[in-house]
Amino acid sequence: MEADITLVVDGERRSLTVDTRTSLLDALRDHLGVTSPKKGCDHGQCGACTVLLDGRRATTCLTFAVAQDGAEVITAVGLVTDGELHPVQEAFCENDAFQCGFCTPGQVCSVVGMLDELRAGHPSHVTADLTAEIGTDPAIEDDEIRERMSGNLCRCGAYGNILAAVRQVTSS
Amino acid sequence: MTDTLTAHSMGTPLVRQDAMAKVTGMAPYAYDHRQDDPAYLHPVQATIARGRVVQIDTTAADELDGVLLTLTRHNAPRLAESEDTEMHILQHDEVAFRGQLIGAVVARTPEIAREAAALVRVTYEEEATDARLSADREDLYRPEQVNGGFETDTDTGGVDAALASSAVQVDQTYTTPMEHNNPMEPHTTVALWQDEHLTLWDSIQGVHAAHTALAPLLRLEPEQLRVITPFVGGGFGSKGKPHSHEVLAAMAAMRLPGRAVKLALTRQQMFTLVGYRTPTINHVRLGADRDGRLQAISHEVVEQTARLYEFAEQTAVPSRTVYAAPHRRTSHRLATLDVPVPFWMRAPGECPGMHALEVAMDELAIACDLDPVELRVRNDTATDPETGLPFTHRDLVGCLREGADRFGWADRDPRPRQRREGDWLVGTGVAASTYPAMSMPGNTARIRYGLGRYTVEIGAVDIGTGTWTALAQIAADALECPVGHIDLRIGDSDLPQATVEGGSSGIASWGGAVVAAARAFRAEHGRLPAEWAQTEAELPESDVTQRFAPHSFGAQFAQVRVNARTGEVRVPRMLGVFSVGRIVNPRTAHSQLTGGMVMGLSMALHEHSVMDERWGHVVNHDLAGYHIASHADVCDVDAIWLDEVDEHLNPMGTRGIGEIGIVGAAAAIANATFHATGVRVRGLPLTPEHFLDH
Ligand code: FES
Ligand code: FES
Repeated sequence: MEADITLVVDGERRSLTVDTRTSLLDALRDHLGVTSPKKGCDHGQCGACTVLLDGRRATTCLTFAVAQDGAEVITAVGLVTDGELHPVQEAFCENDAFQCGFCTPGQVCSVVGMLDELRAGHPSHVTADLTAEIGTDPAIEDDEIRERMSGNLCRCGAYGNILAAVRQVTSS
Repeated sequence: MTDTLTAHSMGTPLVRQDAMAKVTGMAPYAYDHRQDDPAYLHPVQATIARGRVVQIDTTAADELDGVLLTLTRHNAPRLAESEDTEMHILQHDEVAFRGQLIGAVVARTPEIAREAAALVRVTYEEEATDARLSADREDLYRPEQVNGGFETDTDTGGVDAALASSAVQVDQTYTTPMEHNNPMEPHTTVALWQDEHLTLWDSIQGVHAAHTALAPLLRLEPEQLRVITPFVGGGFGSKGKPHSHEVLAAMAAMRLPGRAVKLALTRQQMFTLVGYRTPTINHVRLGADRDGRLQAISHEVVEQTARLYEFAEQTAVPSRTVYAAPHRRTSHRLATLDVPVPFWMRAPGECPGMHALEVAMDELAIACDLDPVELRVRNDTATDPETGLPFTHRDLVGCLREGADRFGWADRDPRPRQRREGDWLVGTGVAASTYPAMSMPGNTARIRYGLGRYTVEIGAVDIGTGTWTALAQIAADALECPVGHIDLRIGDSDLPQATVEGGSSGIASWGGAVVAAARAFRAEHGRLPAEWAQTEAELPESDVTQRFAPHSFGAQFAQVRVNARTGEVRVPRMLGVFSVGRIVNPRTAHSQLTGGMVMGLSMALHEHSVMDERWGHVVNHDLAGYHIASHADVCDVDAIWLDEVDEHLNPMGTRGIGEIGIVGAAAAIANATFHATGVRVRGLPLTPEHFLDH
């Protein structure tokens, strides 16, 4: 079965016809040629396909395209404005927060979404006091960042440098 | 001695040349290259571990709207004979492991291809599965040689007598489980057959390695095949050779001229089709004087290979070289099982073998009542015990001392289970690390000059190692120009011949060729070359291994916390100190070394492919079941290196850094868990159940 849908991808309105079995990730990659999000597992287990979906980080392999008709998608390439990298991307470059780069677009989108969640005061699994303010206070524990980023696997093991990149952003 | 380059760009922490492409996701991996109206392939895999395909019925699949092609042994192109029987798919009816490729469906969309593959009906004649590895099997055999071309067995002096007469002995068995590389980018091949030419956009660690293996197999002339690989999303060995899925995609493409056929393996398929680290069973015996001086080292290994194709991991090989001992024995025995074909996984041989040896060394330190750093220092050797040759440079002692200093080892109380912070038992451990330094024959580079810039061409690849950056730095120093004047071209089999990114040999091999080409270019064209001047040169042959034993060394330190109630192991701190020759780019090198250590941490705490011996099947075949280290596992992991230039091996002075970071890392963590808890765990991973009930 097929369905006609519209997505706003990196600021551009795109209409397409998809098989109702097509994931949002495959719609982006195979139908629209938007290959910035990557497919590492297709099962929501690695985070490589993370984008900002209607402003929140989401694994695009875990949602059907047809269910996202009208949604706004921002991929890592869409974080670039006027040729300028997003501060998170800048910090990734400076801190060498990747090696092969395959998990990187997902990591970058995940950091951007995670920082918004922090600002909104969302607690995490390691938040000791659920009533306390969290915020982007630079003193936020490294463990909070590690925990909140643990949905994004990096087989190259760039975690230390990703943390340093996040730190650079939160402290500037 | 080689004519060592003067470093200007080398040694500087240049930001990766491909950083911008990677943080935006614009770096094209194999699947990402734009293709017009591509088709999608879904493999059909055997659902038995051993037997014969009696019938394969594709009727229902063929009838599905959108299916372009079904491929089975009945209509597949005939391949040429090849020694690599893993690649001989769809040529015969034999099934030698569960998941073996027996067919393919190609369709207009990936959804249709997948649905159609599920409609293919296969009947089998099934035989009993034999997938149980154990050291007491009667059919273990001695392979002719082990991976890397090493001798299977060595026996020097009189090991048994020396062990019997040693004042202190360790006699234990250490195991490592089956592990899968799981690079984040799934193995992917996009194949296009057009005008009697095949182009593969392939996720591979060597474009020429793929070319050399595939062209003859597919009965193509060399010029009929091109392999393109500008970026690879990690490999860690599994992409060190083409596997059967490359053949499948190529065969399908050759049946659909003009249409690109895309095949990205699923994460699940990667647990059967692209290799893995064999489980290893290591019987290690050490004999020493009371003062810890080794008299005898015996390291006997049992591991598995596949019935379809032999792969013999060189697990005991590092025990031939690391420590001085007059009496030494190593051996490798294999069980042939109905399992997928094992292959390279980061530091094959050294990684599991040094885990065994270095946990045994920790046990020896305790038996001798000696500090484990001091024990290793006492057994240092200036020459390779196996060959008698001097090392090009060996500073294991320097690594141990520097590491002990920085890690704060001096005040360590050696007694186990003495430090408790709340529910957490705290301990520290150390292990040595080693990896051979290699450069491979068969590398050529080309330098071209034009418009004030130098184009440097070689069929090298960057699998995340930093080749795009480090090789440009080497070229800049070899041409004595700023790195900004270099245009590097890699990742294409149409470029000059290059060897595989494997064995930590990439930079040494390709860099050597680039330096040779740069020197030939200057000799031919001088410092002011004419427009479009060009020169090609090959990496000169070297006889260094006749005169020296080229090895890198390192020392790994780890602190662990083991929860006394739950058995959970955490690793708050790791430090690796490495003696690896010159570092071309400290920024990317630090990433690579710590990346290896993180993979070692992952091996220590999590990694275990669980084989269901009844069916020859890895049951935890995805990233939810097969755990790898995540952000939350990795705290303070740091790597440093001694300031060195190896003057014997290559003009850059490097020895290779891709693998040594993982070697010994798991042993340091295992040793730290003993120090924390008093429980000696001789198998990996260090899962909680080991530390309960104590
Ligand atoms: S591809 Fe979506 S989480 Fe792995
Ligand atoms: S950079 Fe390679 S997987 Fe993260």
